[in-house]
Amino acid sequence: MERGTNSTTDVSSSASILPIPLPRAYLNFVGHKLLNFIQTVHGLTAFALITLGVTITQFNTASRVIHPLIRAQIYRAGVCLVPMISFLAVALGFVIIGQTVSLLTRVGANDLAGTVMVTVVVRELGPIVAALVVLARVGTATVTELGMARALGEVEALEALGIDPIHYLVMPRVLGTAIAVFGLTVYFIIGTLVSGYLFAFLQDVPLRPEAYANQLIHALGWQDFALLALKTSAFGIVVAIVCCYEGLAHPLRMEEVATATTRAVVDSVIIWVLLDALFIIVYLLV
Amino acid sequence: MSTPDHIPSGTSSEPAASQPPSEPATPNGSPQIELIDVTVGTALAPDSAKVEGVNWRIWAGDYWVVGGSPGSGKTELMATAAGLTRPRRGVYRLFGQDMNRLAADRQLDARLRVGMVYDGGGRLFHQMTVAQNVALPFCYHRNCSLDEANETVGSLLELMGLSRLAYQRVGGITWSLRQRVGWARALVLRPEALFLDNPLVGLDASQIRWSLEFLSRLADGRDGWNNRRTTLVVSTADFRPWQRWGRQFALLNQGRWLQLGGPAELGSSQEPLVRQLLSAPFAAG
Repeated sequence: MERGTNSTTDVSSSASILPIPLPRAYLNFVGHKLLNFIQTVHGLTAFALITLGVTITQFNTASRVIHPLIRAQIYRAGVCLVPMISFLAVALGFVIIGQTVSLLTRVGANDLAGTVMVTVVVRELGPIVAALVVLARVGTATVTELGMARALGEVEALEALGIDPIHYLVMPRVLGTAIAVFGLTVYFIIGTLVSGYLFAFLQDVPLRPEAYANQLIHALGWQDFALLALKTSAFGIVVAIVCCYEGLAHPLRMEEVATATTRAVVDSVIIWVLLDALFIIVYLLV
Repeated sequence: MSTPDHIPSGTSSEPAASQPPSEPATPNGSPQIELIDVTVGTALAPDSAKVEGVNWRIWAGDYWVVGGSPGSGKTELMATAAGLTRPRRGVYRLFGQDMNRLAADRQLDARLRVGMVYDGGGRLFHQMTVAQNVALPFCYHRNCSLDEANETVGSLLELMGLSRLAYQRVGGITWSLRQRVGWARALVLRPEALFLDNPLVGLDASQIRWSLEFLSRLADGRDGWNNRRTTLVVSTADFRPWQRWGRQFALLNQGRWLQLGGPAELGSSQEPLVRQLLSAPFAAG
């Protein structure tokens, strides 16, 4: 800090005779952020590859202990969040879908309702909302839990007992969260499409249920089902990997847990956006 | 936290269970654990050497007490000797096998024959009950459910006087009992060697007596669990409670490893740190 401040002062004092360079403190800041970014990408990639390796080679190891943990994670990140997802599905169905259908009817573009629904809800809104809810409710708690476990030496205790912490702590969370996000997304999509139609129905939009259903069916292609499964699983895996990494990768002090949680949220959202862009390209290609 | 000034001393009127462990049989074959010119690092500073030049052979049935001031590298040395961390330099053999040349699954097999309990109440899993803590390694390595492990875990908890706490979360039990749960968790796989890092820290006199007597039975194979001589290695910052119970003593002093010998050699040692560890205890560890 002191060094940066001094350099900034030096730069300002010489500004009258030299072209003004970027203050060193600013360069330090950008350089620091850049190095942190590279370090995070490197760490996350290594952590993800290790987890993938453990999942492939040890999926059935200690299955009587690990598989119940996967089911517990599905319950925690999936079943427990059904009420919240239901509320969001109804609310967003009313707000977005109902209004969209109503607007399309007004401009005489009823036929496009199905295509718009599939594009907005199935491809974009569903996976993002479900993953956001899981990140907010379960991902952040995961960072705290694992950070505490690391701080209290529980991870070393696992190693002392011959238990691989990645196998015991990370793998069930990754698989459970991936399945939970997929399940919640499907549930959210169905809820949103139904509640959206109900809202349009209440506004006397002249669109019969069977016509609405037909439009949806025709707008949905095989690639939507395949890519939905891939995308939601990928979002779930990202949430779990990033949160486990932030909780476990570095020894955390109590005051660092909040920062690690924020970092996990930001990292997850950035990776989702990048993944989303990738999936849009795939949608356009297939 | 230091051990109390009053250290329970066994008397001839005490039952057989409280007698110091008998002398081990003469070593034959290869040692269980062997460190040759080993340098031990630390997790936080992997490039620095915490302890250097460790030449240590641990034979079946040994009862080692490793002394040193707090921060001298006892925990790091224990973790290395137990096979949990790789030495920075030197040769490490566990049950006659060079761990650097062993495949990962064979390493795990060898490692499971050694138990390790860290200081700080055994580092238990706080979200679990006592029974779940003890059952975890058993269920994981035997691939069984908690119900199937019930009988084994129940008998071990009974042996260690923890039955009534089986369904309590570990956050709700006292420090000394947490330490005991940590021992039970390490013993559930019936290890041949057990490493205990500062096992008496924070215990009251009665708990110290129970612990020393239990370890004595374990060392003699009279514990009702392993039913064979278990090799014991403990670390301490206070030699006094161990003087009567340990069979071999060693010292860590300023990154140096020094084997002292038996209780007689410990008592007659003129090493200043040994005199210090035999008189006033350090404030911690």
